Amino acid sequence: MTAAYTKPLPQATREMAPFWEAARRHQLVVQRCRGCGAHRFPARDLCSRCLSREAEWAPVSGRGTVFSYAVMHQVYHPGFAAEVPYAVVVIELEEGARLVSNLVGCPVGAIAIGMPVEAVFEDVTPEVTLPKFRPRARR
Amino acid sequence: MTHPLSGATAIVGLGITPQGRVYGNTPLGFAVDAVQLALADAGLERGDLDGLLLNPGLAWADMGMGSFQLQQAMGLRDLRLSATMNLGGATACAMIQHAAQAIAAGLATTVACVFSDAPLKPERPEGQRSSSGSAYGFVRGWEAAYGYFGVNAMYALVARRHMHRYGTTQDHLGAVAVAQRRWANLSPAAQMHEQPLTLEDYHRSRWIVEPFHLFDCCLVSNGGLAVVVTGRERAREARKPPVYIRGMAQGHLGGDPSDTLSSGAVLSREPAFRMAGLTLRDVDVVELYDCYTFTVLVTLEDYGFCPKGEGGPFAAEHVTGPGGRLAVNTGGGQLSSFYMWGMTPVSEGVIQVRGEGGRRQTAKHDVALVSGNGGVLSTHSTLILAREPS
Repeated sequence: MTAAYTKPLPQATREMAPFWEAARRHQLVVQRCRGCGAHRFPARDLCSRCLSREAEWAPVSGRGTVFSYAVMHQVYHPGFAAEVPYAVVVIELEEGARLVSNLVGCPVGAIAIGMPVEAVFEDVTPEVTLPKFRPRARR
Repeated sequence: MTHPLSGATAIVGLGITPQGRVYGNTPLGFAVDAVQLALADAGLERGDLDGLLLNPGLAWADMGMGSFQLQQAMGLRDLRLSATMNLGGATACAMIQHAAQAIAAGLATTVACVFSDAPLKPERPEGQRSSSGSAYGFVRGWEAAYGYFGVNAMYALVARRHMHRYGTTQDHLGAVAVAQRRWANLSPAAQMHEQPLTLEDYHRSRWIVEPFHLFDCCLVSNGGLAVVVTGRERAREARKPPVYIRGMAQGHLGGDPSDTLSSGAVLSREPAFRMAGLTLRDVDVVELYDCYTFTVLVTLEDYGFCPKGEGGPFAAEHVTGPGGRLAVNTGGGQLSSFYMWGMTPVSEGVIQVRGEGGRRQTAKHDVALVSGNGGVLSTHSTLILAREPS
C-alpha cells in the first residue's frame, strides 16, 4: 500500500479488541452469550435477552444478507471525501447478529435489501483489517 | 370516572425566543429569555414559579445540574420541584407531564418547562457554509471506520426498512415535506416562511443520506422555548385562555426500531386518550414530532390515523396540509418552522388551541394531539391539550 490510509481507524476498545484481532487473521467473530446462545454485535458486557454476563467470541460463517442500507452524501470525515456517495450497510448474519459495514464489488445503485453477501477482509494498514462484505450467489 | 389528572392543570404561558441562526446568546441565556417570555405571556412574575424543569440541548454539553444553573441564573428562590431531563425529543411532553403530576399532587403550584440550544455557529468570514450537519454528525466509535456518522444515517437505515416492508416511496416522504412547508408559508414565525416547496423541488434538493433529501430532515435552530404549567384554579386567572392538559402518557418500546418500525405512540395513545375521555375523532389539530418526514408517517400510523404501514399513501393523499381533512404540524413543524426538539409541536398545540394561529389557525381547535419522540423511535410521549378542562 503506497498511499497513506486516511479514513478513521477503529480504536481497539477492551470490548471490541477480539473482533479486530480476529479480523487481522481474516476471521469473522461475534460475541455469543453463554447463557442463551444468542449471537450479538457489537460487543457488550451483558446479554439484553437473558442478562448473562458470560460471553465468548465465536467464529461465524460470514454469510448473511443486506438488512438495510443508507447512502451517505455528506462528508463527515475527510477520508471519505473521494467516496461520496457511498453506502453504509447493515448485514444480518446467518447466525442472527447484525453488523454495520460496507459492500465491496457492488455499485451503490445495485444494493438491495435481502441481497446475499459474504465477508471479505480489507487489510487497510499493516495493523488493521476491516471486515466488509461482497455479493454472493444465492444458494 | 374522570381521571384525576385530566384537566387538573393547564398551560398558561408560552415563550418563544427568536429562532434559527440567532447568534450572541448562550444556551443558558436562551433558556432565561424563554422563561421570561413565558411568564410575561401568562401575566405572572418569576416569584410565582415554584418549579423548574429543563431539557438541555446539545450545546449545554457537559454543564451538569442544568435546572439548578438556570434557577441561579434567574435568581429563583424556594423551588419545590427541579429536574434536568433528557428523553431526547420526547422530553418536552414528558416535562409537562411531570409538572402536571407534581401540581395535581400538591407538590408545586406553577412550573416552568424549558428547552434551549445553540448548536449553530456564525458563518465563517470566508463564506464557508456553517453546516448544521456537524452538530448532529456524531462520530460513533468503531463505526466511523465504515463511514457511518450521524443521526441522519441512523434514521435512514430504519426508513429504508419501512420502505422495503410497506412499500413507502420517496414521493410519500416528499408529500410530508410539501404539506408542512405549505403550513410554514402561512406562519411568519417559521424559518422557511417565505420559501415555497413543490414535490419537484423536493426531488431536486440534494441528498443528505438516501433515502433522505435535504427537506426530509428537520432544521437546526438556536433559541429557547418555555411553557408555564399551573393548576386549574390559578389557570382561570391567567392573562391568556388556559390550554388544559387533558391526557398524557409515555411509551418506550426498547429493542431495535428496525424491527418494530413503530414509535412508542402504539403504547401511549390508548392511556392518553382514556385519561382525556376523548377519541381520535375528537382531535382537531395534530402536532407530531418530526425530526424527519419519515417520523411523521410512522407516528400517524401508530396513533391510528391510518393502518400500520399506510402512512405514506395517507400523506400522499394531501390530507395533512392546509385545507386537508387532518391538520398536521400546522406551524410547519421542525421540518419547516424551527427545531426546539419536542417543544416545537407543544408550542404549536398551545397556539392552535388558544386560537392564536393567524392565517394558519384551524377552524375547529378544541383538542390538540401532541407527540414527542427521542432517539431513533426510542422514546415517546403523548399530550392531549384542550380548550375545556372536561
